[in-house]
Amino acid sequence: MSDVLAPADEAGVAAAVAEAARAGEPLAVEGRGTKRAMLRPVQAARTLSLRNLSGITLYRPQELILSARAGTPLAEIEAALAEHGQQVVAEPPVLAAIFGGGQGPSIGGLVATNLSGPRRITAGAMRDHVMGIRAVNGLGEAFHNGGRVLKNVTGLDLCKLLTGAHGTLGVLTEVTLKVLPAAERSGTLAIAVPDLETGVRALSAGLGSPYGVNGAALLAGEAPRALLRIEEFSESVAYRLGRLREALERFGDAAVIEDVESRELWRGIREAEPLAAQPEDAVWRVSVQPTAGPGVVAAAGLPRALLDWGGGLVWLAGPATADSHRRVMGAARTAGGSFTLFRAPEPLRAAVPVLPEEGKVLAAIRERIRAVMDPKGILSPGRMYAG
Amino acid sequence: MIDLPAPKPDVLARRDEILAGLRALLPGDGVITEPARVKPYETDGLSAYRQPPLAVALPRTTEEVAAILGFCHRNGVRVVPRGAGTSLSGGALPLADSVVLGLMRMNRIIEVDYANRLAVVEAGVTNLGITNHIAADGFFYAPDPSSQLACMIGGNVGMNSGGAHCLKYGVTANNLLGLKAVTVEGEIVELGGRHLDAAGYDWLGLLTGSEGQLAVVTEVTVRILHAPEGQRAMLAAFKGTEIAGAAVDAIIGSGIIPVALEFMDRPCIHACEAFAHAGYPLDAEAMLIIEVEGSVEEQDMLLGKLKEICSRFDPISLKVAQTVEESMAIWKGRKGAFGAVGRISPDYLCMDGTIPTGELPHVLRRIGEMSAEYGLQVANVFHAGDGNLHPLIMFDANDAESFRRAEAFGADILKLCVEVGGCLTGEHGVGVEKRDLMPVQFTPFELDQMRALKSAFDPQWLLNPAKVFPLEGNPVLRQAA
Ligand SMILES: Cc1cc2nc3c(=O)[nH]c(=O)nc-3n(C[C@H](O)[C@H](O)[C@H](O)COP(=O)(O)OP(=O)(O)OC[C@H]3O[C@@H](n4cnc5c(N)ncnc54)[C@H](O)[C@@H]3O)c2cc1C
Repeated sequence: MSDVLAPADEAGVAAAVAEAARAGEPLAVEGRGTKRAMLRPVQAARTLSLRNLSGITLYRPQELILSARAGTPLAEIEAALAEHGQQVVAEPPVLAAIFGGGQGPSIGGLVATNLSGPRRITAGAMRDHVMGIRAVNGLGEAFHNGGRVLKNVTGLDLCKLLTGAHGTLGVLTEVTLKVLPAAERSGTLAIAVPDLETGVRALSAGLGSPYGVNGAALLAGEAPRALLRIEEFSESVAYRLGRLREALERFGDAAVIEDVESRELWRGIREAEPLAAQPEDAVWRVSVQPTAGPGVVAAAGLPRALLDWGGGLVWLAGPATADSHRRVMGAARTAGGSFTLFRAPEPLRAAVPVLPEEGKVLAAIRERIRAVMDPKGILSPGRMYAG
Repeated sequence: MIDLPAPKPDVLARRDEILAGLRALLPGDGVITEPARVKPYETDGLSAYRQPPLAVALPRTTEEVAAILGFCHRNGVRVVPRGAGTSLSGGALPLADSVVLGLMRMNRIIEVDYANRLAVVEAGVTNLGITNHIAADGFFYAPDPSSQLACMIGGNVGMNSGGAHCLKYGVTANNLLGLKAVTVEGEIVELGGRHLDAAGYDWLGLLTGSEGQLAVVTEVTVRILHAPEGQRAMLAAFKGTEIAGAAVDAIIGSGIIPVALEFMDRPCIHACEAFAHAGYPLDAEAMLIIEVEGSVEEQDMLLGKLKEICSRFDPISLKVAQTVEESMAIWKGRKGAFGAVGRISPDYLCMDGTIPTGELPHVLRRIGEMSAEYGLQVANVFHAGDGNLHPLIMFDANDAESFRRAEAFGADILKLCVEVGGCLTGEHGVGVEKRDLMPVQFTPFELDQMRALKSAFDPQWLLNPAKVFPLEGNPVLRQAA
């Protein structure tokens, strides 16, 4: 393991980055390190860890706003929110089943990777709820963007630019999230469907209904099941599941899964547990329009799959080979979507594009943007794109 | 008054040549130069500012947009993208040496896909046009700016517009999947697509709300939603703004997120009532309109809970709509708020700051004091759930001094918003209106970094220059002046 710098505050982060920029020595930027194995291996002798920038700095339940230093564990934030009956809207995953648990991810890491769970389909992604950031650019200069209010269009939206940038354009030191009340009750309608195509049709019908479905997953395998979740006040959960059942029974036998069991079911889906990725498997996440999901599963031809987001998020697992990867890339491209090589042994991750290549025009703009934000190329170089 | 950069002398000198070049690209009536026909494009929703452009170009296709941009780029001509021109911040205000690139002829709905819950539309389709097109099938496009009858989806993307229902459904950025856009050099790019969260940098997010600074949007893939079974509103009026603010806190604290939660102060209630006769209580200091969705039973359940919460705050009146018609009556005044204020005053400035909701009573008190100091009336409407405040400052445009005071009053309100932890603009954008206030919210370094990002897309600052970023400290524009 490389040397780890773990400053205790933003000034320390700025100093460490400035020093690295002067020396021209790249840093692998990480939160609490749970997704070190995601995307391409970073070429850096030293790691900049945010784990010591920890703690909630502002929480106003009535204003639906929470700010925390980037290294704050998700668990700590969820516990604080739960005391007021609130939650992180995008339902971000821990992904212990994929990357191993450790002490769980940091909030900064979740923003930097823009990872969202099942609720994303109706409630939005992490990127939709990042209201403000503090960050340090690749020269060690600190800046803020956005703020601590729910609506803000002042200037360019660097919150969006840095969310999902995997630490490459700036080191997040603090994030401010919109949070929302957690629903009183969860309930799920499970439909036994003959095949994945029928399953996606059932999910589309549910998501295209007036009943506020906010989870829509499809368990692949011998006996596929379409799962539709309602999170609401108790009275509404019962009513809406009833109406959904009437509307969707034509797709297969339907059963209702009640509150506690429903929550556990969706926790598992959030964590991609039904994918049952084997230790030696590579794991991909493909995002396509929902009706294209089953086609991606077929074209990839990998042994394990799980569909979420109405069929549009396809988790795939199978042999960690360049050939598997080629098939996944091809399937995503044919479907007009996007892929991420989520987990793979280092040689494979280093050898293939882990994200779709961008066209010439966007790639040129991307390099100009990197030249603005990180002119020395020291922030997790190579993490997203080779070179 | 706001300074605009000096026109580029070489562009003015080559006017005829440039117009001929544009006409060659847009045969027919695609290029407008006659003063009478250019007139409507001289200004936007911030009508105190006017400036005729060099010409107005009205392309019908993405390829035509690309051709015009390529031509303007090669000739160093500034371009101001324009939708319906309803911007309240002067975002679509022309420059004397600019070509206004109007997208209104690109008004086709290209595709609606219910299974994937998306629609692909051209930039010049109106916001309401999308919903009208799909309403018969039970669907709608969620962001609903009050200007939705006129404003266009390209302009909505330009400003990242919101609406009364964004507390539940989010703003424009949260309801997009993909964009087709043209860079300043005239290159066509696709950002995002028909899927969620495309991997790589979030170009879609960066472009949304960039006020025409980075690229010109020609096609938008929006998410569409099935409408709820129904919706109904209630009205709650209180003796003080603090009390109404506390009621808002209690509502959010109860775990109910209404689809809309609108706040009006006393002057606004009076203006709207005089205009719409909606039955608003004239003895109230503050009034809330709260809307919920669901089946009739669900509406009853939620409205029952909300009524109980509001009744803890000694309300002057609590009116729960029993029917759709009663609901519409409650909304009628609020929806006509701008028109209502327009009746009391010949002119008004619509401000748009956001504040932490807990600061509302303090901010309204300060606005009241400033109103007295400036000698100008103000009425406040407020998206109470998300802290977005719209003070309407009344003035007389025929009186230069009155306009000057109105602008200064507005600037003071926005500074106050920043001071209490909020921001200069929640949904209307910076445009020219708030450009020179940007240093209140950002450090010089932060502004320089944003300018450098703008330059990464548009090195010569040809796309909608003179907006968003103060001219002071801008090397490119200063050279040109
Ligand atoms: C009565 C009234 C009520 C309003 N209510 C609301 C409200 O409730 N919520 C709200 O958010 N706003 C509101 N607005 C403001 C305004 O309607 C919005 O900002 C709207 O999105 C502007 O759309 P437009 O088509 O008129 O764009 P324009 O005013 O023409 O342009 C807006 C900005 O976007 C840029 N632009 C336009 N089209 C493109 C394109 N295709 N590509 C790139 N850039 C482009 C322009 O250069 C400009 O900077 C209101 C305005 C009025 C007059």
